[in-house]
Amino acid sequence: MFDFLSDYDNPTLLGAFWMTVKLTFFSGIGSLIWGTLLAAMRVSPVPLMRGFGTAYVNIIRNIPLTVIIIFTSLGLANIFRVTMGSDDFKVQDFRLAILGFVTYTAAFVCEALRSGINTVPLGQAEAARAIGLTFSQTLRLIVLPQAFRSVIGPLANVLIALTKNTTVAAAIGVAEAAYLMKGMIENEAEVLLIGAIFAFGFVVLTLPTGLILGWLSKRLAVKR
Amino acid sequence: MKLRKASAAAAAALVLSLTATACGGDNGDSNSGSGSDGGKKIKIGIKYDQPGLGLKEPDGSFSGFDVDVATYVAKQLGYNADQIDFVETKSADRENALARGDVKFIAATYSITDERKEKVDFAGPYLLAHQDLLIKSDSDISEATDLNGKNLCSVTGSTSAQNIHDKIAPKANLKEYSGYSECIAALQSGAVDAVTTDDSILAGFAAQEQYKGQFKLAGLKLSNENYGIGVKKGDTETVNKINAALEKMVSDKAWDKAVTDNFGPANYKNEPAPKIGVIVK
Repeated sequence: MFDFLSDYDNPTLLGAFWMTVKLTFFSGIGSLIWGTLLAAMRVSPVPLMRGFGTAYVNIIRNIPLTVIIIFTSLGLANIFRVTMGSDDFKVQDFRLAILGFVTYTAAFVCEALRSGINTVPLGQAEAARAIGLTFSQTLRLIVLPQAFRSVIGPLANVLIALTKNTTVAAAIGVAEAAYLMKGMIENEAEVLLIGAIFAFGFVVLTLPTGLILGWLSKRLAVKR
Repeated sequence: MKLRKASAAAAAALVLSLTATACGGDNGDSNSGSGSDGGKKIKIGIKYDQPGLGLKEPDGSFSGFDVDVATYVAKQLGYNADQIDFVETKSADRENALARGDVKFIAATYSITDERKEKVDFAGPYLLAHQDLLIKSDSDISEATDLNGKNLCSVTGSTSAQNIHDKIAPKANLKEYSGYSECIAALQSGAVDAVTTDDSILAGFAAQEQYKGQFKLAGLKLSNENYGIGVKKGDTETVNKINAALEKMVSDKAWDKAVTDNFGPANYKNEPAPKIGVIVK
């Protein structure tokens, strides 16, 4: 029943899911960094930065991810010739896809974090200011560490959504799971079996993520 | 407890509505299945997004070679053009659409392969297509080996893309998109040097009004694709009827007319009409 799987070596089933993992990993790191910066902008005392953060989040999260990903390839690469440091399409597409995922996911990370910042009692920030900390010190040393601990759960949801969203990268030819699935369905005429295999693969990837991060969020939440 | 009652009620409602629709579905099927009694409809699977083969026009009409063949075959089965419902069958859904009986047959660039033959029966073939390259009219690509090192575009998961990196030009820089339109856009902007898939599909794109004169086919014949008409597994009667209709279509020259009408101005040299049941490997 599963013997057709060995016909695929470009990529293999494991190779395709490994690409999904790599996309998720790099996009996850990238959006955590960019999302944190965006969250900092949204709570900053400078109106211009607040405005930029608000505009960015509200625009980006309302654009379909497929549109963003296709734009990185058709718009950035084909028209503006943004090559991301490589002429090889395989490398270029991978980096473009990560750029697209970071752009998109950061908006959600930002909002999750901002909700976390709102859980930190106002007294904390006031106390920090009272002992002479600047805005960035208050954020870095007092507010964000507490905020992060309270939003591990929501961030896990963002990460799981990101894992599943990486399938959109098949639209610009990144050889991840959905890409291989398309190839298999084209050849094998076995939609249900192949669909089940890939669905199972994603459960294997996301279920442990949810369980581990769910456990962590309980352990680390700041008890108030 | 309240919740449990509510969900039981919901489940009952669901079952009721399902059986209700099932009855409706049965009636519909027996109507469309009983064929040439007059006033009945036939459902045919085509593609909606392939100019020259199967395309849904903005005004809701359909055009293309597959559509012409399907219309002719339906006519022979006793259905006039206004009794045909064209249903979109995407590549991934073709086998299931036939197995479920959603469509009577599928004419949608459906290449006859051994794997697919295990799931569906094929009438035809009605067209022999080859994998080919679409290049700019002033391009100098003339052989498959020219492709190594060149930028090439195809559709994710398509047989053509698999052929390129398995056999034809493993060193080609292959770009894959989810649709041919994106590839054509990349070809137009110069981001890729060639687009590859079946020559019939490429000819259809190149024959579109907005691209006239810009592109040409390289004429390489990189593979053989035998387009067949997919029929539900085991429905030999329909297969035989369709085969007879296809033979008639070739013998009364309607087939040649459909080819020239749809693949027009792109240096497309069609193969002679294939013999029924002869698969060119």
